Amino acid sequence: MLAFETAPGSAAEISALDVVLWGVLPYVMVVVLVGGLVWRYKYDQFGWTTRSSQLYESRLLRIASPLFHFGLLAVIAGHFFGLVIPMAWTQAAGMSQDFYHFNALLVGGIAGVGTLGGIILLIYRRRTTGPVFMATTTNDKTMYVVLTAAIVFGLWTTLASVFEGEHGHNYRETVAPWFRSLFIFQPDLAAMAAAPFSFHLHTLVGMALFVIWPFTRLVHAFTAPFHYLFRPYIVYRSRDRDRGRAGSAAGAAAARTSNVAARRGWSAVGTRDRDTRNR
Amino acid sequence: MRVMAQMGMVMNLDKCIGCHTCSVTCKQAWTNRAGTEYVWFNNVETRPGQGYPRRYEDQDKWKGGWVLNKHGKLVLKAGGRVKKLLGIFASPVQPELKDYYEPWTYDYKTLVDAPLGDDFPVARPKSLITGKDTKITWSANWDDDLGGSAENGHLDPIVEKVRRESEDKIKFAYEQTFMFYLPRICEHCLNPSCMASCPSGAIYKRVEDGIVLVDQDKCRGWRQCVTGCPYKKIYFNHKTGKAEKCTFCYPRVEVGLPTVCSETCVGRLRYLGLFLYDADAVTTAASVTDPQELYDAQMDVLLDPNDPSVQAEARAQGIPEDWIDAARRSPVYALAKVYKVALPLHPEYRTMPMVWYVPPLSPVVDLLRDQGHDGEDAGNLFGAIDALRIPVEYLAELFTAGDADRVTAVLKKLAAMRSFMRGISLGNDPDDSIPEAVGMDSQTMYEMYRLMAIAKYEERYVIPKAHVEQAHDLEEMGCSLDFEGGPGMQDSAPFGEASGRPVPVAVETFNALRDRQTSGSAPGETTLRGRVNLLNWDGTGAPSGLFPEKALFPEKPPGPGPGAGPGAGTPADGERP
Repeated sequence: MLAFETAPGSAAEISALDVVLWGVLPYVMVVVLVGGLVWRYKYDQFGWTTRSSQLYESRLLRIASPLFHFGLLAVIAGHFFGLVIPMAWTQAAGMSQDFYHFNALLVGGIAGVGTLGGIILLIYRRRTTGPVFMATTTNDKTMYVVLTAAIVFGLWTTLASVFEGEHGHNYRETVAPWFRSLFIFQPDLAAMAAAPFSFHLHTLVGMALFVIWPFTRLVHAFTAPFHYLFRPYIVYRSRDRDRGRAGSAAGAAAARTSNVAARRGWSAVGTRDRDTRNR
Repeated sequence: MRVMAQMGMVMNLDKCIGCHTCSVTCKQAWTNRAGTEYVWFNNVETRPGQGYPRRYEDQDKWKGGWVLNKHGKLVLKAGGRVKKLLGIFASPVQPELKDYYEPWTYDYKTLVDAPLGDDFPVARPKSLITGKDTKITWSANWDDDLGGSAENGHLDPIVEKVRRESEDKIKFAYEQTFMFYLPRICEHCLNPSCMASCPSGAIYKRVEDGIVLVDQDKCRGWRQCVTGCPYKKIYFNHKTGKAEKCTFCYPRVEVGLPTVCSETCVGRLRYLGLFLYDADAVTTAASVTDPQELYDAQMDVLLDPNDPSVQAEARAQGIPEDWIDAARRSPVYALAKVYKVALPLHPEYRTMPMVWYVPPLSPVVDLLRDQGHDGEDAGNLFGAIDALRIPVEYLAELFTAGDADRVTAVLKKLAAMRSFMRGISLGNDPDDSIPEAVGMDSQTMYEMYRLMAIAKYEERYVIPKAHVEQAHDLEEMGCSLDFEGGPGMQDSAPFGEASGRPVPVAVETFNALRDRQTSGSAPGETTLRGRVNLLNWDGTGAPSGLFPEKALFPEKPPGPGPGAGPGAGTPADGERP
């Protein structure tokens, strides 16, 4: 495979820590991510929501939230381009390393700064708007720390390569081959071990983010409503014949969850869960 | 033709006294929970007034409902599917809490806890959102009974519109003003724009009875439905992050009981019954070009349940015989289509609403009487309706997309009914010319009188039950004690508020009962700090404070008395703080 061809360094440099971090951890992360998502989808449909705070405050959110989300979408696209598409392919397409690098820095930098600016604004809003802060749980706070760290460290790797210029690290020769090799279950540990510390840090925090993903409000990303583009406007469901099954869209999922025991999805006015229990 | 059944409601506005009993009982039944403090599935607005949420009828601002595009095709006013998805990260036009109001309670505790002093203790208003002191500036019915209308009356979008069209016709000077009450619930539309706006497809219309519900498991809190509904009758539960709406009290309706708002209505102004309609014709009907023709189009969608071909088609679609029979006896069908006195609210939103209103006539009669005329003489009444253009235009903006003639026709029927029945009550022969003047015959007019004035309970509410053979499906599924997590897991879970699998009601009741039976203390003892709430005390133990501290007799150790049985059969709600 390509991954092995481009791998610099030799097997002798791989330490036990490298094996754990870059050989074991990614798979543990995937297991937790997928298992957690399946588990939560099965057992916590009711908690699966954006938990929007727009009702409390809209002025800041209107700027910050799209800035963050669209920035993040661009960042994800950038990760796809950098990690999944091999360097050989872009070179074959006639894209020089300098040109690629320039583009990655420009687009990635803009997207990263936008995302970071968005989340800083969102956190500021969350902290300073009374009702929004009241509705913030410990879970949310943990998530914000990891998410922000992942963005900051990611931006650091990008900015570092700006200042290092041509001598900067080419992650497409280290991190990217390792990333691709994971999918064929032959992790290219040496390649990843050769990457600088900043990339290691960003990768680890990124993995931490994916580990906590299913257990935070971030899950809403996995039910991004693309099927809205295709479903009929009016949804009919039968109370009896197909109890709980959507007449048109996403029916199977609903049918599975509708057999979960009857629930009390609410708490009385003045309950204390928002005040203390989740902080 | 695809015949479907639809539960509908008619409200006779003449009878509404604005007592808000419907709102209060609805709130107690449905939205007396955390996250829905500001939510009123049923609210009563004084018109003219801004409504709840404020100025919700201003669709230039709120973008609710449907509009026709350039090609005459029905599209959501807030934009198509792609636009909706692009706006998902921050819903572009969503009312905020300040557009509803910030819910509050009062710090009642200080009234009893305050130390002795020169000043009377005051129960300060506390925000139910932040828990802090708050200043009450608005509520769900702040402009009740025209309160503040001298200052705020012009903010009513309908007043604005009528004034624009006819220079200064609506006045708020005391002698010239008018008002009536408008109770509102979800319209359970045939062509609901909330449903069309929902990216998750969580909002659905029940095939059996047309009740529009939100699947709380499928809702992901994208908030688009709040924008989509022009009546702003979908609310965001800020605690669970899910949309909620009026349920038409489906658990009651399924067993043949009227909705809570109807059952408790003091004026008995609500009617419940079935419509049969042609589901295939809905979109076409909602797409007619002239908004004033929407009423007729909506009428055409409603099918005549006495028509044998409709009945045959209904049977073919699997509608049970007793439902077809109920549709034949339906009071809402009679008021809407036979007598044609009930009008839909804001047909121009093109959602085909299924809660109908009989426009109010009373101010006309009162005015005539005050002017010294015979307020119930048909000729006088007919003349007065025409003379009183102000309310008619206002009503027309509410109920007929501005078609004043239609409202006048309805009001004339109501006036004719009064006049006709008055003649009979006075022992005169029925004056057939009166019904004829409004295009009705004596028999129909008498039946209309029976339904509207006598309004017997069983005639107002014709609600076919959900079928017994399906009753098992309505029960709590499975053995509810076997659920995961076990008893004791309540209220909150690690993934944020209200996440996780909530406790089945049966388990909650079981726990509550067991706690009561085994605990030595009276419910609420800790929170009452030594005082006893005798209303909550069920005889279990002897709570401290029940008897004076310095007891003359040896104090009994608190514990479950041997003779004390389970006590009350009801689980103690009072146990919660």
